[in-house]
Amino acid sequence: MSYNADDKGYYGEFGGAFIPEMLYPNTEELRRNYIHIMEEPSFKKEFDQLLKDYVGRPTPLYFAERLSNKYNTKIYLKREDLCHTGAHKVNNTIGQILMAKRLGKNRIIAETGAGQHGVATATVCALMGIECIIYMGEIDIDRQAPNVARMKMLGAEVRPALSGSRTLKDATNEAIRDWINNPVDTHYIIGSVVGPHPYPDMVARFQSVISEEIKWQLKEKEGVENPDYVIACVGGGSNAAGAYYHYLDNPDVGIIAVEAAGKGIDSGESAATSALGKVGIIHGSKTLLMQTQDGQITEPYSISAGLDYPGVGPMHAHLFRSGRGEFISITDDDAMKSGLLLSKLEGIIPAIETSHAFAILEIKDFKPNDIVVINLSGRGDKDLDTYIDYFKL
Amino acid sequence: MFCHYRLWGMKKIEYLMNRINKKLQENKKILSIYFTAGYPALNDTVSIIQTLEKSGVDLIEIGLPFSDPLADGPTIQASSTAALQNGMHTELLFEQLKNIRDSVSIPLIIMGYFNPVFQYGVENFCKRCQQIGIDGLILPDLPLDVYKTDYEAIFKKYGLINVFLITPQTSDERIKEIDEASDGFIYMVSSATTTGATEGFGEEQQDYFERIAAFKLKNPQIVGFGINNSETFEQATQFAAGGIIGSAFIKHLTEYGVESIPDFINTIR
Repeated sequence: MSYNADDKGYYGEFGGAFIPEMLYPNTEELRRNYIHIMEEPSFKKEFDQLLKDYVGRPTPLYFAERLSNKYNTKIYLKREDLCHTGAHKVNNTIGQILMAKRLGKNRIIAETGAGQHGVATATVCALMGIECIIYMGEIDIDRQAPNVARMKMLGAEVRPALSGSRTLKDATNEAIRDWINNPVDTHYIIGSVVGPHPYPDMVARFQSVISEEIKWQLKEKEGVENPDYVIACVGGGSNAAGAYYHYLDNPDVGIIAVEAAGKGIDSGESAATSALGKVGIIHGSKTLLMQTQDGQITEPYSISAGLDYPGVGPMHAHLFRSGRGEFISITDDDAMKSGLLLSKLEGIIPAIETSHAFAILEIKDFKPNDIVVINLSGRGDKDLDTYIDYFKL
Repeated sequence: MFCHYRLWGMKKIEYLMNRINKKLQENKKILSIYFTAGYPALNDTVSIIQTLEKSGVDLIEIGLPFSDPLADGPTIQASSTAALQNGMHTELLFEQLKNIRDSVSIPLIIMGYFNPVFQYGVENFCKRCQQIGIDGLILPDLPLDVYKTDYEAIFKKYGLINVFLITPQTSDERIKEIDEASDGFIYMVSSATTTGATEGFGEEQQDYFERIAAFKLKNPQIVGFGINNSETFEQATQFAAGGIIGSAFIKHLTEYGVESIPDFINTIR
């Protein structure tokens, strides 16, 4: 069994392209070309060069000694927080802007929730001198003022999504509507491993640099390529897809996916899609999603804006359903405590999304000789206000 | 034996011929109206259908509201949100429609997004549609290939016509494929837009209408998106079998209410 996408973009029963005909030509153009373009030597060269010189890759694989001592196991941190713009998101936006250029597109649109993907998209558009429009829920615009300002400084236009619940899912709807209205000149840079085929696979491939590096870095440090576990937080699931990618088909490597339980799975305020979701269609993909009995998509909740997506990428739905991945959800409170602990023990303030992944160390026992890699997907600067409020700092 | 079977088959087809096909044979310009079920008020569904029929409309698309209508513009989005807030849901819509065939004979289509249908169970949904007397479905985000592999047999079993969309960007090859898979009409989206986004048709649309007409497809085409008055209806039906009005009708409903439906229809033709 393979855990990667098949040629129609299915991961087991999940994935595909459930899109209105208006979007067919756009996604079809991308589907026909994406693998071919990604495999061109000139594309690879430009992508690798930018990841190295502009993003700052390879990011370190850091042995967290104090954390390891506390939990009596060997913990390595993959430092995606050290990427330019502060998170793994830029790996994907660099890849997609190069893809857009090769497809002859001169206008970029993207959705953003907390603003991280919006900033990463605005950044690469500035780098390439391409027009950039970011859709962001009206409520998120109010909540994430610094990132809105960043996008504006980078030359992007931030358009408020005024429909529905005015958050990430509605920003995604608005971006899709824009793409329907601008089918020829525009490329839509989706920020996670979600959306219609080929997006989940394309984004996973761009993010796969994370596990590619982990393999050789671990070989250097431990003499083995494979850790016993890879842990990552999952909202839509792009950092997790990147961290798992080269280990998906290797059963010796345990995959742990950490979702946001919010105020608790049964509280009615949660984003734990694997626990609360049912199979359905969201944003063009068949996957697990949180919805009413009647098939209306519901609004998730997490203290972390990057994890409150009502669906999950089809790769992750398949990892969950097949049992290949272990899915655990972590509450706001436990995530916040772990964020503070990491800050004090290792001098690294993580993004709150990432803090969820660290909370696993409190609830799961690892053996002293286990090699545990945690994907440190982003840094916590953007979350300072939330940390300040929460801990009354 | 073969001959006998064929005769039987033809008889059966005639007997069961879908109201949509019958209507399309009348050789008139089809006026189709879309409205969102549960809007403006939760229980307006039946009276809207009855009034539309009396006003001389040829075909009705009953919108099953969805939380995330990504092919729709602001007008239909707002009507969907309001309908859901009013309490509309799939089972309730079926309940409202269960005796609809006692009072109307107009072809009825349910239009919606795939997820609510999928949650209801595609087979259950189709079965209920047949029981009520629904003639067809338009589910824009149910793709052609998935329909063919997973659902075509079910739609056929319950006598439902599935209506596919084409746009100015749809390739010739795919248009033929869609024509092949259709057995009612093709929903011809006038321009690459969400619903309600265009005002009037330009040269580009005219070229597109002519291009499609020249294909001589086996299924008639009905134009949707961008028809909002008699002028655009005339333009569209110069080349196509009919036109669909959605957003403009909902705007009228919002402003003037259910009683004034005939006024709106009278302005179209």
